[in-house]
Amino acid sequence: MSEIIPIGPYHPLQEEPEFFRLHVEGEKVTKLDIEIGYNHRGIEKLAESKSWDQVVFLVERICGICSTSHPAASINAMEDLGGIEAPERAQYIRTIICELERIHSHMLWLGLAGHFIGYNTVWMWVWKYREIVCDIFEKVTGNRQSYAMFKVGGVRRDILDEDIPWIRKYLGKLKPALDLFKGAVMDDPVIHARTKGVGVLTKEQAKAYCVVGPTARPSGVAVDVRKDDPYFAYDWVDWDIVVLEEGDVFAKTACRILEMYESLKIIDQCLNKMKPGSIDLKIKELPPGEGIGRAEAPRGEVYHYILSDGSNFPARYKVRAPSYVNIFSNEVACVGEEVADAALVLAAVDPCYCCTERVVVVDQNKKEENVFYSHDLIKLSHEKTRKMKEELGL
Amino acid sequence: MTWKEIEKKIHEQFDAKILKWYKHNDNRIYIDIDPDNLVEFSRFLFEDLNSRFIIASGVDTPRGGIEILYHFDFFQMPQVLSLRIFTKKPKLEVESISGIIKAAEWIEREISELLGVQFNNHPDMRRLLLPNDWPEGKYPLRRDQ
Repeated sequence: MSEIIPIGPYHPLQEEPEFFRLHVEGEKVTKLDIEIGYNHRGIEKLAESKSWDQVVFLVERICGICSTSHPAASINAMEDLGGIEAPERAQYIRTIICELERIHSHMLWLGLAGHFIGYNTVWMWVWKYREIVCDIFEKVTGNRQSYAMFKVGGVRRDILDEDIPWIRKYLGKLKPALDLFKGAVMDDPVIHARTKGVGVLTKEQAKAYCVVGPTARPSGVAVDVRKDDPYFAYDWVDWDIVVLEEGDVFAKTACRILEMYESLKIIDQCLNKMKPGSIDLKIKELPPGEGIGRAEAPRGEVYHYILSDGSNFPARYKVRAPSYVNIFSNEVACVGEEVADAALVLAAVDPCYCCTERVVVVDQNKKEENVFYSHDLIKLSHEKTRKMKEELGL
Repeated sequence: MTWKEIEKKIHEQFDAKILKWYKHNDNRIYIDIDPDNLVEFSRFLFEDLNSRFIIASGVDTPRGGIEILYHFDFFQMPQVLSLRIFTKKPKLEVESISGIIKAAEWIEREISELLGVQFNNHPDMRRLLLPNDWPEGKYPLRRDQ
């Protein structure tokens, strides 16, 4: 008997609008239909009516979590168009902002993943330490989210020398916290049982779906714009790209945790290497032509293409967010999984958490509809964790 | 493979079919081709040269047609190669590359509804972003509407 379970279009945890229609047979998922477009805001068209300076603010509103990755790709595209190179100090500051953001975004994901599988302590601990990153942002940029730091040819605010010891002190608190999370995830038999071998995306599938970021790297595809096409200061500091082989939810989790260590390494070096100097070239206009900008967001490569006719406004602005390719890969990663795991697999891509605002179970034979709400799905997941704990004698 | 070798291979295979080879800088390369050669060229880039399809972007030009760019990346290399095709109004038809590159499925659906380009032999031509009650024949990114 084949059933269809729709998930979406809104999720109460992260409120990301996507709609998944799970085709299930018994407990197994046999097919996945993905529908997007519930929150299409027409930003590409809107960008055509904004000046180059305003566009950076506009694209910052695309994502509320990784709010600095779109401006990063945007200014990269504009600097590619105009052949502009921002001053060294500005590049270091940009790198620090991007890496701080990666840490807070990965922590947000880790916390929600913990909550979903019934580990509310992980959720609360991780989010407690995420506050430290937000505090640093507040100190450096004046905002805890949407920092408005980037502009063509530089940054808007400097990092003050007198703030650096304070920043270091706060960053120092993160390393022990990361060790704590690493232990909590890597050494826990229940987390292993719930995530290992679940939602595997093979290397071939990853390449076919052209996925990016922490959806591609755990599947053995070494793609990271920071290494491949170095921008900002990524070329001037020493760090490693995290590539794992398994491609399951566990590898995706491990990849994000290990990446946070690399981010700390990068920030530390940037703070050391930063020299006094100019932070802005004060660019007034951009030439006609085309520009391509890329940036590695916490979720993967952000890609911006701009077309300029020499006026103060873009003639065409194209944005490709990493989730655009990553979400599509769920089509294969979800198949063969249990319903209780499906939402976790959808979430492992970190598009949105799992978009399970309400679930309608449609029994095709009886034509009945049963409406469940998000807490039912979360309960299903918690139930599974509880059973596993019992089986393991914990 | 280095970028030099990739460049050489493209020249060997497609030299006669390249309308224009434009280098914006060392890392940004634009190649203009005829839409008829698109599938063959994309297959060569994706399968033989082991590239990654990034995205396609369409633009309504004042030249009376739609220009579509297909962007490719080559793993561990800073270069982005953009294939440019031009299709003239009113018959906006292009062969779909989704048969070769699965990842192109969504963006072809998007370009089709936002710019009104018909992708032939696409496996699933439903709407992607626009609502179901959006009127037929209205394309939000067209300049003539």
